[in-house]
Amino acid sequence: MTIRTARLAFSAIALAALASVAGAQGTAKLKVGLMLPYSGTYTALGVAIENGFKLYVDEQGGKLAGREIEYFKVDDESDPAKATDNVNKLIKRDNVDVIVGTVHSGVAMAMAKAAKESGTVLIVPNAGADAVTGPMCAPNIFRSSFSNWQPAYAMGEVAAKQQGKKKAMTITWKYAAGDESVNGFKEGFEKNGGKVEKQLTLPFPNVEFQALLTEIAAAKPDAVYAFFAGGGAVKFVKDYQAAGLNKTIPLYGPGFLTDGTLDAQGEAAQGMLTTLHYADGLNTPRDNAFRVAYAKSFKLQPDVYAVQGYDAAQMLGVGLAATKGDISKKADFAAAIEKAKIDSPRGTFTMSKAHNPVQDIYLRKVEGKENKLVSTAIKGLTDPARGCRM
Amino acid sequence: MDFGTFLVQCLNSVQYGLLLFLVASGLTLIFGIMGVINLAHGSFYMIGAYMAFSLAPLFGDQFLLMLAAGVVLAAIFGYLLEWAFFSYLYQRDHLQQVLMTYGLILVFEELRSILVGNDVHGVKVPAWLDGSFALGSVMSYPWYRLFASAACIVLAVGLYWVVNRTRLGMMIRAGASNRDMVRGLGIDVKRLYRIVFAAGVALAALAGMIAAPMSSVYPNMGASVLIICFVLVVIGGIGSITGALVASLLVGFVDTFGKVFFADLAGIGIYLLMAIVLIWKPEGLMGRRP
Repeated sequence: MTIRTARLAFSAIALAALASVAGAQGTAKLKVGLMLPYSGTYTALGVAIENGFKLYVDEQGGKLAGREIEYFKVDDESDPAKATDNVNKLIKRDNVDVIVGTVHSGVAMAMAKAAKESGTVLIVPNAGADAVTGPMCAPNIFRSSFSNWQPAYAMGEVAAKQQGKKKAMTITWKYAAGDESVNGFKEGFEKNGGKVEKQLTLPFPNVEFQALLTEIAAAKPDAVYAFFAGGGAVKFVKDYQAAGLNKTIPLYGPGFLTDGTLDAQGEAAQGMLTTLHYADGLNTPRDNAFRVAYAKSFKLQPDVYAVQGYDAAQMLGVGLAATKGDISKKADFAAAIEKAKIDSPRGTFTMSKAHNPVQDIYLRKVEGKENKLVSTAIKGLTDPARGCRM
Repeated sequence: MDFGTFLVQCLNSVQYGLLLFLVASGLTLIFGIMGVINLAHGSFYMIGAYMAFSLAPLFGDQFLLMLAAGVVLAAIFGYLLEWAFFSYLYQRDHLQQVLMTYGLILVFEELRSILVGNDVHGVKVPAWLDGSFALGSVMSYPWYRLFASAACIVLAVGLYWVVNRTRLGMMIRAGASNRDMVRGLGIDVKRLYRIVFAAGVALAALAGMIAAPMSSVYPNMGASVLIICFVLVVIGGIGSITGALVASLLVGFVDTFGKVFFADLAGIGIYLLMAIVLIWKPEGLMGRRP
């Protein structure tokens, strides 16, 4: 063999090897990093999101756009202090193609920052911090849930327009999500002729509401809008009833005040009106099919968190379908999701320019242990995405 | 604010103040009398709250029985703790006390995390205290809060009686002023301290148990209480039970009305109060001049 033929053979082998690597790239597993709370207060929410996500992938035969999915899981512990390290485990160590997470807004902010810097695709399946699709918005960051502004603004409009309330007070924890929610309510309420007279706050996660409840009793507003979640929501709704206020001053809130907390709130929550992008008893074929499938797979009733996880997978599927499974084609991937109509159990939704769902917000009423659909409060509500330059 | 709600806010203030007093009186005994800077005192409050959470299902509506059982457990715990750790601390300087009691906080928090987890829990109000009565035109006042205030008053009076009218109290008061003198009189100071420490732990835990149905049970709940308690002990005068009571009620009012009228300043209200008191009376309201 001459040197010439040897070189030729060598080149051929090298080319073949390269080709096989490139070919493998096309069919290699897509690495999905799930960064969710798997311990602490939000465990159930993290599990519901993961279940929802996997349900959609399983419905597609375990593949999105022909690519099998490989999961990498990190427990974010709902701890913003650990968020940057945790998300870097997925980005730098595991080299994931896409990150899905999380519940806690503070953690989600750190994830958005890391995603923006590294260019990794991020889909947020819960955290409502306005900033994620506001000042932090980026071509590779998407949200399958809501912005804090959305349900709050809708409740404000309902309270002023439908319920005819004139004077209102708000109460929440003094932290970002609380501020965003009560300000959204204020905007919707005042745009429709109401007036928010006083905004009460207490430090997170303090639940000693007594002094502020007395203040509400003294001011006698027509309505109170409260933003609390989890144990705080349970405690507030019960204290509100114990103070006798629910008889004369109706209590409103975003869905988080009564979602997943009705067991503990019992009698105290009955009849309360809240707004959210999901409700019990939507009774659409899409939602019914989803609920049956979810119950079958996980022996659990789905909730709003499961829906948000499911839709995160749908959005990923849409983007991948447009790029034939190649997530590195970032512009095409984003363009496809921006144009898509997501066929969600909550009702179809599209994406705003800032990558937040443009969706119907429902008015719900607590009946027994369900947040029953009353009506659609606002159709296709778009988050204003203040501060987003994209 | 009409008169009715003003009255309710006064009730809120007194109730909060009395509860603080329960925690602070224990700290006054330990810090003021035995001279140990006990940063772990807030943990005893937290332990009490978690005890209420764990014991409540066992006792059902026997709430008073549960409190009694909790107090006994806490006192035993305090007695053992003093024997195992704190008895070595009296002769040490403050830095060592701070380091060790801070270490204890970390240990207690970690143990709590292992035993009951990091979730926020509610504790049910017993059925016979559930409900509220009308007060003013819109407001109802929960029976449980009235019970909490009453229980604290009974304990405050009891504590006052023990400290000011009994032999044990006399020894405690003497110990606060001059430890060596008491030892010189042939009193078993070691045992006296052990009892006082156990009582301090029991009082803080009792406060935690009573607070649990009103303020939920959550990790790190001891930390905020601890800071307020040190403020109370300083305002009231180190080592003075009466001072702690007066300071607690003052702080109760400042905090409750501050939350309503000066929401943005509510966090610093009690520190302002402390600053004013210390400028006016550096030894605290009821403290003895050194």
